Amino acid sequence: MSKQQSCDCTNTKTNTEVPNKSLPEIRPTTWSTGNAELKDHILARLGVYRLNHRVDPGLYSLGKPTPKSPAFVSANYTLSFDMLRSSLKHTDAYILVLDTQGVNVWCAAGKGTFGTDELVSKIQTTNLADVVSHRKLILPQLGASGVNSFEVEKQSGFKVEYGPVRTNDLPEYLKTGKATPEMRQVKYTLKDRLVLIPVELSVAALPLIVAVIALDILGGVLPASAVAVSVLAGTALFPAVLPWLPTRDFSSKGFTLGILLALPFADSAFLGNSGSAIWLQVALGLAYVFLMAPITAYLALNFTGSTTFTSRTGVKKEIFRYIPAMAASLVVGAVLAALVIAMHFLGGGI
Amino acid sequence: MFNSYQETTVQYDKEKCVGCGRCSTVCPHRVFIQHGNKAELIAASACMECGTCQLNCPADAITVDSGVGCAGSMIRAALRGEKLDKANCTCE
Repeated sequence: MSKQQSCDCTNTKTNTEVPNKSLPEIRPTTWSTGNAELKDHILARLGVYRLNHRVDPGLYSLGKPTPKSPAFVSANYTLSFDMLRSSLKHTDAYILVLDTQGVNVWCAAGKGTFGTDELVSKIQTTNLADVVSHRKLILPQLGASGVNSFEVEKQSGFKVEYGPVRTNDLPEYLKTGKATPEMRQVKYTLKDRLVLIPVELSVAALPLIVAVIALDILGGVLPASAVAVSVLAGTALFPAVLPWLPTRDFSSKGFTLGILLALPFADSAFLGNSGSAIWLQVALGLAYVFLMAPITAYLALNFTGSTTFTSRTGVKKEIFRYIPAMAASLVVGAVLAALVIAMHFLGGGI
Repeated sequence: MFNSYQETTVQYDKEKCVGCGRCSTVCPHRVFIQHGNKAELIAASACMECGTCQLNCPADAITVDSGVGCAGSMIRAALRGEKLDKANCTCE
């Protein structure tokens, strides 16, 4: 075991018999994460107790830091904090955890909780200036949207350095002292998109189940599975295949996917009613396409908020361009379906 | 056609730039690069309007009409009778 440092600020917990305001509480933490963390991460990814994956805000010691050890800043969301500490294997460091109310760094920065004021306040309440001898903080780059680095320096004396976007680039960054342009760019890989699917699904699950049961009772298996396919396409398949769908807009990508998946249903509806008049067969087939495609397209448009690159200007344009088209498609589909059902009851042959 | 993302609101006044390099450091989409002692705006259409560059520019050389590019929050705002631009990030 390594010896205690002569000025070991991590040791304040044992000095409780002499309460001293100038000595901050520093909680020890580890590089390794175990089964408890794994379970917590899985629940977080499933969207279970979404705001309860928290660590206590404040100052943490990782390994055996000295006053010269680097100081990192993180959010009080377990996924953020655990990813940071497990990426710093064998680095002795301090971690200052801001109170972001259980929200990750980037989203919290957007909301302002991972922000200039909170950072300055945590530097002061933890007496960080007495714990470390340097005046440099390493922040995650994505925290920068909430933090004015020049203002932090002015108010606290600590210089802000932005580390790489991804924690797994930290070892390289610490070695070279520099983040490459590659490390500074946000990506949106297949894995990044796949981990979002459970949360997307959990939001859609309840209305989907209700719709499937209702349609099954009213119209049978085909319409019930059609709504299931169009909703699952928009929430689960769409994130997975996003970059491979043609065009740039999410709505047009969603329409493409929705139409493709509606074709087998249109085909079954067409062939399943081969005894009816041909125009009724065509009308029913088209009804599936006109009803299914806008559902997938609408959910696809909603996925913009889960991505890393859509601008507000662009999304606003998409809303004005495509929502009317989605509504029109639904109306046409509903009219066609109503026509077929009416003819059915009038003895028109389906 | 089918690309609503060609124009963004990021604007840059090169005259005011003091060359600190912060914008090219903080931008997650390489919209700015550092060229000599000035920043260059090289990819305005890649901007996601997060506003990070504006917040971290000490010379007020950059302006962005920043906001969340999230259709869900904008549609919810519209349904509440609010302006789309007022939409905040509403996921918890």
